[in-house]
Amino acid sequence: MLGKLSFAAIPYDVPILVGTFLGVAVAGLAVLGLVTYYGKWGYLWREWLTSVDHKRLGVMYIVLALVMLFRGFADAIMMRSQLALAYAGNPGYLPPHHYDQIFSAHGTIMIFFMAMAFMTGLFNIVVPLQIGARDVAFPFLNSLSFWMTTISAVLINVSLFIGEFSQCGWLAYPPLSESQFSPGVGVDYYIWAVQLSGVGTLLTGVNFFTTIVKMRAPGMTFMKMPIFTWTALTASVLIMVSFPVLTVALGLLGLDRYLGMHFFTNDGGGNQMLYLSLIWAWGHPEVYILILPAFGVFSEVTSTFSRKPLFGYNTMVYATCAIMVLSFLVWLHHFFTMGAGADVNAFFGIMTMIISIPTGVKIFNWLFTMYKGRVEFHATMYWTIGFIITFSIGGMTGVMMAIPAADFVLHNSLFLIAHFHNVIIGGVYFGYVAGMNFWFPKVFGFKLNEAWGKRAFWFWLVGFYFAFVPLYVLGFEGMTRRLNHYDNPAWHPWLLIAFGGALLIACGIVCQLMQIYVSIRDRALPENVDVTGDPWDARTLEWSTSSPPPFYNFAVVPHVHDLDAFAHDKEMGVDTRAAGSTYEQIHMPKNTAAGFFVGVFSLVLGFAAIWYIWWLAAIGLLGVIVTVIMRSADNDVDYYVPASEVARIENEHTRKIMAQAAE
Amino acid sequence: MAENIMAHGADHAHDEHHHELPTIFGFWLYLMTDCIVFGTLFCVFAVMRNQFAGGPTGKELFDLQGVGLETAILLLSSITYGFGMISAHKGKSGPLLGWFAITFLLGLSFLGLEIREFSHMIAEGNGPDRSAFLSAFFTLVGTHGLHVTFGLIWMAVLMVQSAGKTVFSERLLNKLTMLSLFWHFLDIVWICVFTFVYLMSVI
Repeated sequence: MLGKLSFAAIPYDVPILVGTFLGVAVAGLAVLGLVTYYGKWGYLWREWLTSVDHKRLGVMYIVLALVMLFRGFADAIMMRSQLALAYAGNPGYLPPHHYDQIFSAHGTIMIFFMAMAFMTGLFNIVVPLQIGARDVAFPFLNSLSFWMTTISAVLINVSLFIGEFSQCGWLAYPPLSESQFSPGVGVDYYIWAVQLSGVGTLLTGVNFFTTIVKMRAPGMTFMKMPIFTWTALTASVLIMVSFPVLTVALGLLGLDRYLGMHFFTNDGGGNQMLYLSLIWAWGHPEVYILILPAFGVFSEVTSTFSRKPLFGYNTMVYATCAIMVLSFLVWLHHFFTMGAGADVNAFFGIMTMIISIPTGVKIFNWLFTMYKGRVEFHATMYWTIGFIITFSIGGMTGVMMAIPAADFVLHNSLFLIAHFHNVIIGGVYFGYVAGMNFWFPKVFGFKLNEAWGKRAFWFWLVGFYFAFVPLYVLGFEGMTRRLNHYDNPAWHPWLLIAFGGALLIACGIVCQLMQIYVSIRDRALPENVDVTGDPWDARTLEWSTSSPPPFYNFAVVPHVHDLDAFAHDKEMGVDTRAAGSTYEQIHMPKNTAAGFFVGVFSLVLGFAAIWYIWWLAAIGLLGVIVTVIMRSADNDVDYYVPASEVARIENEHTRKIMAQAAE
Repeated sequence: MAENIMAHGADHAHDEHHHELPTIFGFWLYLMTDCIVFGTLFCVFAVMRNQFAGGPTGKELFDLQGVGLETAILLLSSITYGFGMISAHKGKSGPLLGWFAITFLLGLSFLGLEIREFSHMIAEGNGPDRSAFLSAFFTLVGTHGLHVTFGLIWMAVLMVQSAGKTVFSERLLNKLTMLSLFWHFLDIVWICVFTFVYLMSVI
């Protein structure tokens, strides 16, 4: 009746998990209680959970990303503290069985549910506004994507309290991940969580590619598109090309585990190298899916706060596209040591080094944008300059490992861990946080607190170097990744320093929370409110509408005459909003709960399949199909906003601007 | 299933001037991602095609006559679907339902033949767990079969939605067009399956 599920699956004998569960339960009940107390369920359901508005979905994505950041960081600090303790006979406080789940969950959560969710959130908030569109091409699919991502995040966290998580690392290499060696449900949790979120990500890729190609404002040719939109476009291409490969790779692993097939097993003709090639044919483009939008954020921030157009816009576009193509030609550098032969290794080593050329072009573009610019040291510029330095170092260590001979020494050592955290924290995370600071006033109508933002930056930057530079040293000293305990006295001091670095990063996260808290508290102060919609004197179309934008984004679809359309309009004295003109009715999508229900039924399907509860899995699958069919039969999916309503909203915004100007 | 989902919520939120474009364009993109799924499965099959693990080879297992019949049925169903689309564009739901019913039955008999082939092989102990070659074979052909199954569910839904219509809304025509693309796409995939899986194994 309940498949493999029994009370034995509840880890009530592990104090850390029981404590975590109590914490989550209390916090969860507190949130639910507050929503009930203030009578906000109807509001939450109508305005947020069933929303198809890209701006709201974007906010929900970023909330999800921040929650997952805490989960992933809790894993990180447990690993660092374990290794600070587990030296010379002291086993530490995390047994290998538990420790292995922690590093697997850390990687999986940080990539799929922190970074990807953060990135998709920024896409949602920025891209339609930046291209002068009223929504994405497929608003319902957008809501569906969000719910698929969210329920996958729920599923992966359920594994904390019911059963166990994978102990095979964030990519679940076979044969370790095969049922012969991992008979528990951990790998199944991993497979289902990643597969279900993959559906959401794939639809996001299709959605944003279509949106950018088909829905740009009149006059916005490809070479007049803002850089962030360009990076969203290339990331969408990478998603569409690489995620199907991930789906197949994990699907085959699942078939091995569920139906006893022999794709990657030791017997029956299985081939583990095939899994490695498939997973990294997705995995390497994936890191560029994450970093390209961060490059886009830095481009927008640098040109805005240097008060100049971006230096070398064309080369920036070409470099982005070059990276997009090259990212598919380097995957084998993740397993130079597996014996593909010198010729193959040499090819992939050279291709990997070639990627550093377009990346270098970008670094110089940002530097030359700042050169002779009137740089304003806003918190987002702090993150940008911190990124340029940190990412350059990470890039150089990457090129070191691209030398196959060097990689034979460094492969799977902590040097590698240091390298990819160097580029992912110093590149991706710094970029997304800069993006959040940059676009926050656009979404909420007030600015984030500068002082706390800068404190967060310094803690993150210094903490990063303390946490990861020791890992470079440890890599050279021969320490491999995923160790649970060790007895080499030379390693111990470095691991203590790394633990200290992780504590500094924890302070950085606390500062970010304080930043959000203080900003909300002081949101009504005149210096924080963004009345005009253009708090930074920025250059692209999203700043031409009000903050927060009306749900239809633009009352009059803007016409684009030049690169940096809004800067051009301001310079020429053109009113991009066309305030006071004759408004027309606007065609908008209606909210729908279908995406939410498909998500919930998918969660049921995934959970049931993990525990072999087949009747429940059938209900979940049926629920998905029936919901989709009902949505298909529903022809009442859109409506028109009357011109008078548009005029009312627009005039109110104009009045506010006038009132501020009069003061 | 994603293709079903694709059909909806599509053509809002943009100017009335270019209505149908994003929907069909987006569906093309989805099809190309599906194409990569199949492309990857073909690669896997190419790697596994000689990994018999002491089990039977394709030459010993495949019955080309049955597969030939499957191929003919599926190709024919693309033609009948095409006739159905012509009726849709003329706004005639009667002939449309007739052609779709024929297409549906052809799709169903294709699936029946495939299930018969699979069950024979499994009954003789040559299931997907026998060898890596058979794992790859069952997965590739089965994934195509699963797509056909979802195509049939989708077709049934659209037949219900089209019944009795004298005027086909743009939204409904879009949905019919997307299923049309999907159905022809499955044909093209099948031709590759027929060639690279069956014919090349038997040669």
